[in-house]
Amino acid sequence: MTLLEEELQAEAEESTGAAATSPAALTAFRRGISGVMVPIITTVIAFIAGGLIVLATGHNPLSTYSSIFNGTGLNWLFPWVSGSERSLAAVNLQSTLITATPLILVGLAVAFAFRAGLFNIGGQGQYTVGGIVAVWVGSSFAGMEPVLHVTFAIVAAALAGGAWAGIAGVLKAATGANEVISTIMLNWIAIWLGVYCFQLGGPLQNPAMKSTPVSSNVVAGAKLPVFWGSATLQGLDVGIFIALALAVVYAIVIKRTRLGYEARAVGFNPEAARYAGANVGRTWIRVMLICGAFAGVAASLDILGWEFNLATNTIQVSQIGFYGIAVALLGRNTASGTVAAAVLFGALLTGTSNRNINLSIDPTLVQYLTFMIEGIIILLVSTDVITLRLLKGGRRIGVELRRRRPQKADTSKADAPKGEAS
Amino acid sequence: MSVGTIAVTPARGVSPKHVGIAGIVLGALAWVITIPPIEARGMVPSIVLAALSIAAGAWSIAGGERKLGSQAIVVALFAIAGAVASADSASSTLRSVFTWSALAAATLRYMTPLLWAALGGVVSERSGVINVGLEGMMLMGCFWGVYGADLLHSWVWGLLVAAIAGGLLALVHAFFSVHLRANQIVSGFGINFLALGITGYFLEYHYGPNGTPLNISMVPNVKIPLIQHIGFFGVAFGGANLMTWIGLALVPALTFFLFRTRGGLRLRSVGEMPRAADTVGVSVVRIRYLAVIASGVLAALGGAYLSVGFVGSFSNDMTNGRGFIALAAMIFGKWKPWGAMWACLLFGFGNAMSDRVSNVNPTLGTLFEALPYVLTLVAVAGLVGRSRPPAADGIPYVRE
Repeated sequence: MTLLEEELQAEAEESTGAAATSPAALTAFRRGISGVMVPIITTVIAFIAGGLIVLATGHNPLSTYSSIFNGTGLNWLFPWVSGSERSLAAVNLQSTLITATPLILVGLAVAFAFRAGLFNIGGQGQYTVGGIVAVWVGSSFAGMEPVLHVTFAIVAAALAGGAWAGIAGVLKAATGANEVISTIMLNWIAIWLGVYCFQLGGPLQNPAMKSTPVSSNVVAGAKLPVFWGSATLQGLDVGIFIALALAVVYAIVIKRTRLGYEARAVGFNPEAARYAGANVGRTWIRVMLICGAFAGVAASLDILGWEFNLATNTIQVSQIGFYGIAVALLGRNTASGTVAAAVLFGALLTGTSNRNINLSIDPTLVQYLTFMIEGIIILLVSTDVITLRLLKGGRRIGVELRRRRPQKADTSKADAPKGEAS
Repeated sequence: MSVGTIAVTPARGVSPKHVGIAGIVLGALAWVITIPPIEARGMVPSIVLAALSIAAGAWSIAGGERKLGSQAIVVALFAIAGAVASADSASSTLRSVFTWSALAAATLRYMTPLLWAALGGVVSERSGVINVGLEGMMLMGCFWGVYGADLLHSWVWGLLVAAIAGGLLALVHAFFSVHLRANQIVSGFGINFLALGITGYFLEYHYGPNGTPLNISMVPNVKIPLIQHIGFFGVAFGGANLMTWIGLALVPALTFFLFRTRGGLRLRSVGEMPRAADTVGVSVVRIRYLAVIASGVLAALGGAYLSVGFVGSFSNDMTNGRGFIALAAMIFGKWKPWGAMWACLLFGFGNAMSDRVSNVNPTLGTLFEALPYVLTLVAVAGLVGRSRPPAADGIPYVRE
């Protein structure tokens, strides 16, 4: 239930008579509170738990966290930070936002699918395919008009990612193939396809570097302009605006369009939606196409913004698909939530990377501490109960549980993004 | 090799079902005859067989057996691709790739970790709890197995520590999914991240940049006295790991437990219709807890095989997505131990094949890495039929 949209949660709570005094007002209040507060409280709890692990292994959690914070560059926002500290903060903040950019889009790729009741584990594959196409377009067609070239590369990557996700959508609609399996399989196929393309002797390997398994470089005309910081030192490129714009598009599609309405209806209960006249299979396909396009654009922004080439190693170690899932979950599948969660995860990744020279403890330890914190966040996101109890104070968990839609167990299997309902 | 004699032509009175099956067999043969030991050179026999297979498939579809018929046609198309690949390769290449004894041995090695985890998945999901956390539970077993074997100087202790670590992580999953009625897929993902963090953190904390020691005690391979010296069987099965055999033995054991014992019936009833089970006095909560913990133990032992049984050390994120493959194998195998085993063998075979192909042609070997995933995709797309999960899989139970 935690994953479904707040409106539906509110409706469901209303129907169980959750509130005694003024149901509508209380539900609205609760919706607002739990929508914003739950993720925040969740994050705080996770950081405290992570701090305890740091403490238990003989390090100082406060100094660890403060050095992570400074490594994220968020101290740039404080007016009293100045001089060389400020310029370092600016570089770090650019890095945080560069990392957050694709996370926003891959997060949206997962979030939109969740809304339609699909579990898109395939963000990784869609991102990889998008990246392959973006780097191919970006490194070919030298001399093309820059604006045209960049647009061409981004659109091509979006189409490639969309087509890749579309396979899973079509299979689900046509044969009922479980999208969890098909997207996992498509991830691996995409990864090996990428390795095949750029490996030594591969069809798209850089012809000028015969001994390195890497693609050709993106030509100067296809690079995204940097608007903050140095273009040679990975300053912030305009890709983040594209990501934010697409987040707005996502919000509009979900709230204001027929497709968004159908997607939510199908996600809530496919049988009911079918009965009401929605074409469920077509909705699944369309949703997956859009999800894949988001992930494809994410890859193109990375390639054209700062990576400029794609190595087989990069393809194999990338974890972005899984971060995307975490981002969507923490952001509760809303546009604004996804953006906020992406910035949080981007900051965590940057603050704990080896580049952060402020760290007082072994950076490798801190990196794995991040994974633990993320794990705890996701675990807490999976259930509202703990945080809701903290919000209300004193209520017994059991009461809260019984409130949460007692009929749920025997209504439909489809009310949660079902992994294994085929 | 004369192949014309095997051809089965659809005759009157033969059911479309039989023709469909014959079509599938013929299609497979079209490829099989081009590889060792038969090694028919030239495309003609393969084309004839594949054409017959397609004809049989079409006839079968016309006769109403749509699924079987289309399976035959798909098999024939894949076989033609395979036959073209064989025809393109030198005879020596084919022989070095299709060294069946070595292929079988490698298939068993690659299958083992997947099998343990997939069986864990079967136990958990049969009780109604989706376990996406298999990957994390494997990873726990992988690291803590090495830790235990190193600290206590014995692989037995290593496996025990691995099992406890996996069980504890599974307990967290059970607490969230059974007790707090969390969304189980989300909770499973949390488990995976948690395991990645815990294993990486403690690897760095205990062993630092040098990594785990190289001389840990390892699970032994089983030398089977007689078979060991018989050519093909000796290479294929003579030196398999103890955990491979235990894993294979678990398949019938688990099948028997699930479908022939009282405990198994209870476990399945909790996964199919918890309310009914509850009404007759079966504790849904207790059984689900036990099942999830058992699943964590099994997955962790599969992970421990990787580190303590095969490689002998641990590196970060060593399972590298195998838990998800195991999850897919379990769904592919229709939530049944035998089915899961066949699916794991398919993945194992794919990995083993790509290894052998890489030896001959690294570029092509990469593409073969993707083969098991392509086959699975084709298979889940309807060739194996719709799989039905346990009815209450993933649904938290709320007592009235």
